[in-house]
Amino acid sequence: MMQGISSLTQLAISFLSVIQLLAITPTYADAKQIITIAYLSQELKIPPPLSNLDVFIKDKGVPGAQLAIDDNNTTGQFTGQQFVLKKFIVPLDGNVADTFNKAIGEQYPYVVVNLSAELTQTIADLPAAKTKLLFDAATVDDALRNENCRNNVLHLLPSRAMRADALAQYMMKKRWNKWFLVIGANEEDRLFAEALRRAAKRFGMKIVEEKTWEHTYDARRTAQSDVAVFTQVDDYDVLVVADEQGQFGEYLEYRTWNARPVIGTQGLAATAWHPTHEQWGAVQMQNRFKEQAGRWMEEQDYGAYLAIRAIGEAATRTQSNDINTLKNYLFSEAFALQGYKGTPLSFRPWDGQLRQPLLLAAPRSLVAVAPIDGFLHPKTELDTLGFDQPESTCKWSK
Amino acid sequence: MMKKNILALLLTTALSGGAQAETVFVTLEKDNALAVVDPIAAQLIKTVDIGSRPRGIAISPDHKFLYVAVSDENTIKIIDAETLKEVGKLPSGDDPETFALNPAGDRLYVSNEDDSLVTVIDINNKKAIKQIKVGVEPEGIAVSPDNQWVVSASETTNMVHWIDTKANAIVDNTLVDPRPRALGFTADSQQLWVTSEMAGTLMIIDVKTRQIIKTVKFDVQGVTADKIQPVGVVIDKERKRGYVALGPANRVAVINAETFAVEKYLLVGQRVWNLAFSPDQKRLYTTNGTSNDISLIDLDSQAVTKSMGVGTYPWGVAVKP
Repeated sequence: MMQGISSLTQLAISFLSVIQLLAITPTYADAKQIITIAYLSQELKIPPPLSNLDVFIKDKGVPGAQLAIDDNNTTGQFTGQQFVLKKFIVPLDGNVADTFNKAIGEQYPYVVVNLSAELTQTIADLPAAKTKLLFDAATVDDALRNENCRNNVLHLLPSRAMRADALAQYMMKKRWNKWFLVIGANEEDRLFAEALRRAAKRFGMKIVEEKTWEHTYDARRTAQSDVAVFTQVDDYDVLVVADEQGQFGEYLEYRTWNARPVIGTQGLAATAWHPTHEQWGAVQMQNRFKEQAGRWMEEQDYGAYLAIRAIGEAATRTQSNDINTLKNYLFSEAFALQGYKGTPLSFRPWDGQLRQPLLLAAPRSLVAVAPIDGFLHPKTELDTLGFDQPESTCKWSK
Repeated sequence: MMKKNILALLLTTALSGGAQAETVFVTLEKDNALAVVDPIAAQLIKTVDIGSRPRGIAISPDHKFLYVAVSDENTIKIIDAETLKEVGKLPSGDDPETFALNPAGDRLYVSNEDDSLVTVIDINNKKAIKQIKVGVEPEGIAVSPDNQWVVSASETTNMVHWIDTKANAIVDNTLVDPRPRALGFTADSQQLWVTSEMAGTLMIIDVKTRQIIKTVKFDVQGVTADKIQPVGVVIDKERKRGYVALGPANRVAVINAETFAVEKYLLVGQRVWNLAFSPDQKRLYTTNGTSNDISLIDLDSQAVTKSMGVGTYPWGVAVKP
């Protein structure tokens, strides 16, 4: 018995550091520690309807943020912390930088940003942003994570490169080695095509044909004639499409000249979140979200949810609301975010990107989760997706 | 081959000779049924319909009644353990999954996952007498053998909440690794063992201080870390060994309860989830969700000796002497 006690003591001593980190103040602490978080977004122009199936959602991100703040506060009631979320939705004709400078001010050290890549960059470079930590809950832009990276920005959603790598891993597993790359006319499509070319090279895949879609975006005309003609090219294994806005990609499947699967932004797509995702407790998340928002969770909702949960996790574990303390913790090895993906999520210290598995989903079926089994990495398999440390061109000093 | 058969025969004879006849009850989540198994004869005796999506199961201390959480019917059914007929229902709140009985067998504590609540039920009066607010997505729940504590684990809040059974109120919380799943007290009520599904760990908490005194990280050769998802945990009465089901790693970890070293990993069926001892603690039963069977681990030899097909998605397990 004595021995038992002394070995227990030894154990206790050797784990003192852990205990200190985990020790929390008793329940019902009187003095509440307040953590204030701003949510910044801008109204969107309603795009021309591409399909009657997809209803325009104007508040993508907002319910995700709300659910996360509720979750944080449920935890906070036991740790003496209170999380306050203030939303700033800039009107269509408003100026986001002005709102950031004037309305958000000094009292919000943490800002969840749901904006375009361009506006995210603008905000990050404002002098007032230098003392804040921004959580990018919307962009997928690779430049923002590389040459244009900023040390005050964390990125919650997977980059284009991570998505392309996830798809490439799956295609490699299926031995769909010869790709026919079809690119839309927008700048975003060009960037995704860039990521796909990079992925093809990384995983030894071959782009045998590459074409830009220049036909109409009218379903009747496109579906009947254009696709069949457009896809009469040398033989390939899989059609890889880059059409981020979904202007024509949906028309490709079942209409190609040769019977080939479609993958990319349509057909089988790589995404951070999807209605078909149910594993690892995700079904509870889907249910809780739907009950609150009355719709399915979109990627930006997931991004905003993770952003605020990351702040909550860091504040709870450190028992602090100090920005430097939280920032250090977010980048530390101890940080482990629960994102309903079966593995703890963490931030890459070289570019602020959240490491995470990607879902490869068809519209009504979850096909695979990347990293695909067998793609190995000396540190974590999650870093087989996107820009790994040696490849990154991000320099934090900027 | 011949030798093996003889050995198996001898083993079976030895087991049936030495063991009391016991009955194993297994909830079948997708068959909406309860499997009744004679584990010594390795026989599925029968399968009875039980209601929509049965998951958590427990047996009363006098072994007369089974309690089965029928998730999609939002109730916990009381089943006569002999006739297997339903004799009553308990107001469990929405979507009951896991629950725990107190040692006296007159209180039942249910996790209501979607509502962040623990419901306290007075079994004799079939009434919910209290709802206690806990963290987000409460899952694992356990009552200490000395009946002082009910502990509830919140999967998203990453905490275990210490509920005083007299006051039915939370008096303390311990932060643990992400997605805590299941809880088990040692028989002396001095330690609480908690599994973390996402970190792949087992945490040992000292009940007196409510602080973690040891974290055990599971590492199975040839199995990727994301497949190691610890769930069910039980500790033997002598506090010699503890056992943790590792989910899709298809293994049960054997832990030395004195040194906290992992002694071995036993290969069982697929997605092993919940565990239960035989009354004499000579055997351990595991429910294997996706291989649709249960495994029998002989604890003297620390080896898996049998597996028995029971039906689709075996979830919870209870044993009657």
